[in-house]
Amino acid sequence: MAAISFDDVTVTAESAAGDVVILHDVSVELTEHRIGLIGSNGSGKSTMARLVNGLVTPSAGTVTVDGIDVADDGPAVRRRVGFVFTNPAAQLVMPTVAEDIALSLRRRVPDKAERERRVTAILDSYGLAHLAASSVHSLSGGQQQLLAIAGVLAIEPTIVVADEPTTLLDLRNSRTVAERLFALEQQLVLVTHDLDLALQCDRVIVVEGGTIGFDGDPAAAVTHYRETVAAP
Amino acid sequence: MRRSLPLGTYRPGSTVWHRVPAGPKLALVALVSIAVVALSGPWLPMAALVAALGVALWARVPPSAVWRGLRPFLIVVAILGAFQWWQRGWPVAVEVVATTVALIVVGTTFTATTAMDRMLDAIVRGLGPLRRVGVRPEKIALAFSLMINAIPAIFQIAHETREAAKARGLERSLRANLSPMAIRTVAHAYDTGAALHARGIGDD
Repeated sequence: MAAISFDDVTVTAESAAGDVVILHDVSVELTEHRIGLIGSNGSGKSTMARLVNGLVTPSAGTVTVDGIDVADDGPAVRRRVGFVFTNPAAQLVMPTVAEDIALSLRRRVPDKAERERRVTAILDSYGLAHLAASSVHSLSGGQQQLLAIAGVLAIEPTIVVADEPTTLLDLRNSRTVAERLFALEQQLVLVTHDLDLALQCDRVIVVEGGTIGFDGDPAAAVTHYRETVAAP
Repeated sequence: MRRSLPLGTYRPGSTVWHRVPAGPKLALVALVSIAVVALSGPWLPMAALVAALGVALWARVPPSAVWRGLRPFLIVVAILGAFQWWQRGWPVAVEVVATTVALIVVGTTFTATTAMDRMLDAIVRGLGPLRRVGVRPEKIALAFSLMINAIPAIFQIAHETREAAKARGLERSLRANLSPMAIRTVAHAYDTGAALHARGIGDD
């Protein structure tokens, strides 16, 4: 498995009232296959996820993926790390289903015929082949999220970071997307509010107020989170 | 789900227009558009409009798709036509309206018969010689495709903003309609940038 390392990471953001600390002195090594990040809204878990892909860079400290500093060589990191957003509509940037997958493949597969063949194969494996010519905007939420995942996996990442990928989906689509993510061979960093999903991970980190409140066994982490949330 | 998709939806087919390579087709669209704008008087632009509709039918673009392409612009075109009629008489009004509608039909036909992937390849190829002066054809091609995809996205934001204003009884408030739309459009641009960044597109 790939190694993701946070070393004394602090992230601050500017606001009208002054700098706001989003993450404070976080140090952690992530080497397990499936790692869950849970926590309240605004706790900093999505920021942790975005740091892995370089969507956010640390204000202090370093984040490395397989030894590569995210702040120093973002493109190299992004070739290794795929990112699935909460809202798939924001992730789909081409007009049709096939074209969106083709966009992911453009740099990796310069030959047009080979690219089209791979697009068809990818869509087929996701049960989306019949929608190849459809507008991405006409898909259901579940189909959009599957397409977003397919687009991310087309770049053959070694790590997949998913930021609340099931939050906007109904139960059936949520299960389909979760099954896809948990079937991946790649390392998975999953930000979620779904505690059943968190329990399926190998390790769960509870993020509280920009720091790590608990880190370890999923069942114990979920119990800790429930007690923390229930606490007055 | 988007109710109206004015541009940017490719419809696979095997007509002549689908088979023409994207580069020459794009050049042809540019030339035709310039020629249509240069036409004067009420009759020639009307003839151009009829010809544009004929090409759309020939390319098997469904009339419903042409209508969906035109619908969002109808109010603007109507206001434009009425203003020209009032200020400069009916011949100019017909010229302006026919020219505008013809250009929208040509654009709709082009995007309906040209896969975006092919269009990107054509732009990258066409702008290739400009690499020597520092131009990045891949980035220009990407910007072009994002612009086309942004049109339905912005229409959807406008529709949702109107619905939200209506739900709060503020359908007549310009502020309740325009402010959230502007903010959400900027947010959409930011999200699109983040999505491209996350997928490593534009990194090199």
